[in-house]
Amino acid sequence: MARRATAYGRGGPFVYLVALLVVAVTLGPVLYGALGGFRTNAQLARDPAGLPDPWVFSNYTNVLSNSAFWQYTLNSTAIAVITTAVAVLAGVMAAYPLARYQFKFREPVFLVFVIGLLFPAAVAIIPLFILVTQDLQLGDTWWGVALPQAAFALPVTVVILRPFLAALPKELEEAAMLDGATRVGIFWRIALPLSMPALVTVGVLAFVTSWNAYLLPLLLLRGDTRTLPLGVADFSTQYSADTAGVLAFTTIAMIPALVLFLAMQRHIVSGLQGAVKG
Amino acid sequence: MTRVTAAPEATDPGAAVTRGADARRVTGRGRSGKRRQRLEIVLFVTPALALMATFVAYPVYSAARMSFYDWKGFGPMVDSVGLQNYVRVLGDEVFTDAVMHNFIIVFASIAVQLPLGLALALLLNRRIRARGLLRTIIFVPYVLAEVIAGVVWFQLLQPRTGVLEKMLSSVGIPVPEQGFLGTPDLALATVFVVLTWKYLGLAVLLFLAGLQGVPDELYEAAQLDGASWWQVQRRIAVPLIAPTIRVWIFLSMIGSLQLFDMVWILTGGGPANATTTMATYLVSMGTQRSNFGIAGAASVVLFLIGFAMAVAYQALVLRRDTKADA
Repeated sequence: MARRATAYGRGGPFVYLVALLVVAVTLGPVLYGALGGFRTNAQLARDPAGLPDPWVFSNYTNVLSNSAFWQYTLNSTAIAVITTAVAVLAGVMAAYPLARYQFKFREPVFLVFVIGLLFPAAVAIIPLFILVTQDLQLGDTWWGVALPQAAFALPVTVVILRPFLAALPKELEEAAMLDGATRVGIFWRIALPLSMPALVTVGVLAFVTSWNAYLLPLLLLRGDTRTLPLGVADFSTQYSADTAGVLAFTTIAMIPALVLFLAMQRHIVSGLQGAVKG
Repeated sequence: MTRVTAAPEATDPGAAVTRGADARRVTGRGRSGKRRQRLEIVLFVTPALALMATFVAYPVYSAARMSFYDWKGFGPMVDSVGLQNYVRVLGDEVFTDAVMHNFIIVFASIAVQLPLGLALALLLNRRIRARGLLRTIIFVPYVLAEVIAGVVWFQLLQPRTGVLEKMLSSVGIPVPEQGFLGTPDLALATVFVVLTWKYLGLAVLLFLAGLQGVPDELYEAAQLDGASWWQVQRRIAVPLIAPTIRVWIFLSMIGSLQLFDMVWILTGGGPANATTTMATYLVSMGTQRSNFGIAGAASVVLFLIGFAMAVAYQALVLRRDTKADA
């Protein structure tokens, strides 16, 4: 372990230079937004690339005291939580028999989910709009957005969960069976707790996808039911002259996703790799 | 491991109660057990299938159905127009241009993001300081909502007052008069640059993860044989992560065909339809002009193109990986 081969060798100055450049390009726009929020529009107009001088906090405090911002945050959170709960629960319930039971239509049912992967929401967006707003009367509600989002999150959820559930040792089930547990009991008390890591992974994926979603909320939500991405987009067109305000609003809107990512980094990464291997 | 042993214990209280019933079930296994199992399967699978049927299958079916009617979004669909909507969509230059824009993004992503992502992954796959932090930073744009990233870039790209123009003109590079997003010839390329900023991190991260799976012994053996760094990368590392690369291409392809959010925020499809995509076309047809038949036909075309590409890619490229696994 002390000496690794070239591929794992230490980086020379060139590698550090490239790494530095990548960091600058990656974080540049994010930092520009964050710092821009601490400046006035006059400062931004004078020198767009400069640092705050003096530092102004009013842009950020204005956003935080804006009740619409909190309403958007609440909507985004509620919709993401419902989406995640529905997708993970329905997904693990479906993946369980597909992984552990032998039955005639097992592969055709699984194929439904695999084919579902190929249907982007964009294809169905106009009929979904009609279905949710006219037939179900769920326009401008949390559930109206969350249910379709959960449905579109199901294919990837089932495809990731099935191999995981299939790999759980059979002996546990047999032992529980001998102790008189029912299949449903085994599902709740053994399969679910044991598959927690995979459930967290698919849950985080569903949550982040919902949190960042734009197209479906754009068509289904208006006024007070709008989510954070819609709020940001609308704020930036409505107050396009107030660049500093827009930057502050956008920066604050970034924070929840970033915090979630940092906390859940391992799960997101392993989930994406799982999706790739699956 | 503690949870594994604890789990059966947890079922104990219930077990005592059901033991009698269970004895019956064990002896009477056969028809009633089968029926019970069938019931359980139906119970477990129904919620997911019902959601898929209601919110995926039915809308997709309606989109296909809509495409054969002249329908304004209310009342029954009665005015069947045959294939006329398809003729109109495929004859509409805005739509054919949109298809072309999608394909440009598909191929540009593979031509630019793949080599760039691979190069960065290979460079960063060493014991350098703060590698974990670096990986986290590279992934940040991917986690942000496309809308939020788009709004920040929209500010950066403002004509005259934006930072990017100021920076470029300060080093003597000429900037377009209408701004990068306002000039028809540059708008799509600009959107692509922003998309690359947003999605390169995913490529780097996946490739790095693939590289971690390459055993050190292979590198050491190659090094003992006198292979240079470049040869090791080209002959060992890259071929070994080829399955990851092929899956990334697939994900990138599908994503590029569905492109909507970033375009809608940065340009709204403009200027002069220079950046429309299939998704922006069908959304503006369906919501702004209530042209549901046209939107339906465009949806079907979008689906067919994506489906054909997915099937072809699966058959021609990904099949090799599944074969190797078996």
